[in-house]
Amino acid sequence: MPPFLSVRNLSLVYPDNNGGLRALDDLSFEIRPREFVCFLGPSGSGKTTFLRLLAGILSPSAGEVNFADSRQPKVGMVFQQANLMPWRNVLQNVILPLELEGADKNEARVKAREMIELVGLKGFEDSLPRDLSGGMAQRVGIARALVHDPDLLLLDEPFASLDALTRERMWTELSNIWQAQQKTVVMVTHSINESLFLADRVLVLTQRPGRIKLDLNVDLPRPRNDDVRYTSHFGKLAKELRGAIE
Amino acid sequence: MNPKTLRSLSRGLSLASLLLAIPLWALIVRLSGLPKFILPSPADVWTRFLVALQDGSLLRHTAFTLTEILLGLFVGVCFSTVVGYALAKSRALETVFAPYLIASQAIPVVAIAPLLVIWLGNGILSKVIICSLIVFFPVLVNTIIGVRAVSQSLYDLMNSLRASRWQILFKLELPASLPVLLGGLRIGATLSVIGAIIGELVGAQRGLGFLLQLGNFQYDTSMVFVAVFMLIALALSLYGAVALLEKIFIKT
Ligand SMILES: Nc1ncnc2c1ncn2[C@@H]1O[C@H](COP(=O)(O)OP(=O)(O)OP(=O)(O)O)[C@@H](O)[C@H]1O
Ligand SMILES: [Mg+2]
Repeated sequence: MPPFLSVRNLSLVYPDNNGGLRALDDLSFEIRPREFVCFLGPSGSGKTTFLRLLAGILSPSAGEVNFADSRQPKVGMVFQQANLMPWRNVLQNVILPLELEGADKNEARVKAREMIELVGLKGFEDSLPRDLSGGMAQRVGIARALVHDPDLLLLDEPFASLDALTRERMWTELSNIWQAQQKTVVMVTHSINESLFLADRVLVLTQRPGRIKLDLNVDLPRPRNDDVRYTSHFGKLAKELRGAIE
Repeated sequence: MNPKTLRSLSRGLSLASLLLAIPLWALIVRLSGLPKFILPSPADVWTRFLVALQDGSLLRHTAFTLTEILLGLFVGVCFSTVVGYALAKSRALETVFAPYLIASQAIPVVAIAPLLVIWLGNGILSKVIICSLIVFFPVLVNTIIGVRAVSQSLYDLMNSLRASRWQILFKLELPASLPVLLGGLRIGATLSVIGAIIGELVGAQRGLGFLLQLGNFQYDTSMVFVAVFMLIALALSLYGAVALLEKIFIKT
């Protein structure tokens, strides 16, 4: 099977006043179709930058990102901060991707309501972002990223602002969505637990400029539930990741 | 006390102070014994108002001034938002044009108003241009501030969804900067009244400014008062109209 996307010698330099700030340095790897890949790395190692490159928001300074059918796939992105439009209510925020695609209005509304229910915000359709808690806003962002059925899901620490209970519920939810719809997912996280619970593969980045330090295959059986965390294999993988991060 | 009762209380107070001002004014006229052509009494002004209303002259002149104001505001706002948007999007354009724009602010519009009337005649055109000149700068500055303040991560969102230029303009930039744009319009609306009056004072055959000057020349001071009150009413209604727009469009 050809890879869904391949990254070759990818570097990114942000322009600044003394020669540019190198955020990513010479990354090369491939991601298979429908693979769930997590990126772990210290703050400032270029994880968000990397997602922006995959989303096509940013162009590489060197190297390239190639997609299977050589065109940019449909992307759903969850940002580090919820990133909602403050003048739109929950429903209008979730509907945005469909609106931009020019989808039928009624169908779009039905689809958006479904997604809002999925993230557990039924009844908040008419609320404005300022009236939501941080965790609720983040869940609106997740609903918005899924509503237009994207091929590639890019998640930038999507669960960082959620409480532990909601976070673990969202893990299961995301796992289910991914297994049902079989999207390719690239997710950035700080949490070893989270990456092992969700991913097929974890890539660890070094300090800035980000390079790949470890490419770990997560061969834990699915569906993964709470118990998986207490197996010795989970412990072994976690230890390996911890070692790479420090 | 909750904010709502506080607000209605202060509104009531401002109305009461207005009502109190009228008897006070009447009292000053009575006590000072000043002649009518220097300080007319409220009753004189009211009678003059009714006369001007009945012979249709007041409404005709007010309508004329209002037309100048609205046209001037429209032209000024259109120009300044387009120019402001271009400057906000391009640092290069800004570095080239900003010095001229700032320098232009050193020239008071009052000083060039006579020139404009000489060049463009004493009809409506010169007033519309004076109005739009006076409106231009504050709306321009607000447009630049508003567009620059649109969050980078919302641009990222729109770009990740492959939004077109127009979609970004209408679904992101416009609604995101609307509060600041309307703030500029609010200042512009009040300034445009001043612009129209300056133009009319310099040279005109119609309008409230003309009426003001006519009253002045003829020692018809009551007429001057009527014109001034009409101007205040115009400015307040324009301000109110913008405030209404803000109420309708800004939910956050
Ligand atoms: N738009 C930008 N312009 C200039 N420099 C930037 C820009 N965005 C990020 N950087 C710099 O690039 C480096 C990588 O940033 P990035 O946001 O990708 O890190 P990150 O891994 O996502 O960090 P965190 O875990 O804190 O979110 C940082 O040093 C940051 O200061
Ligand atoms: Mg980041």
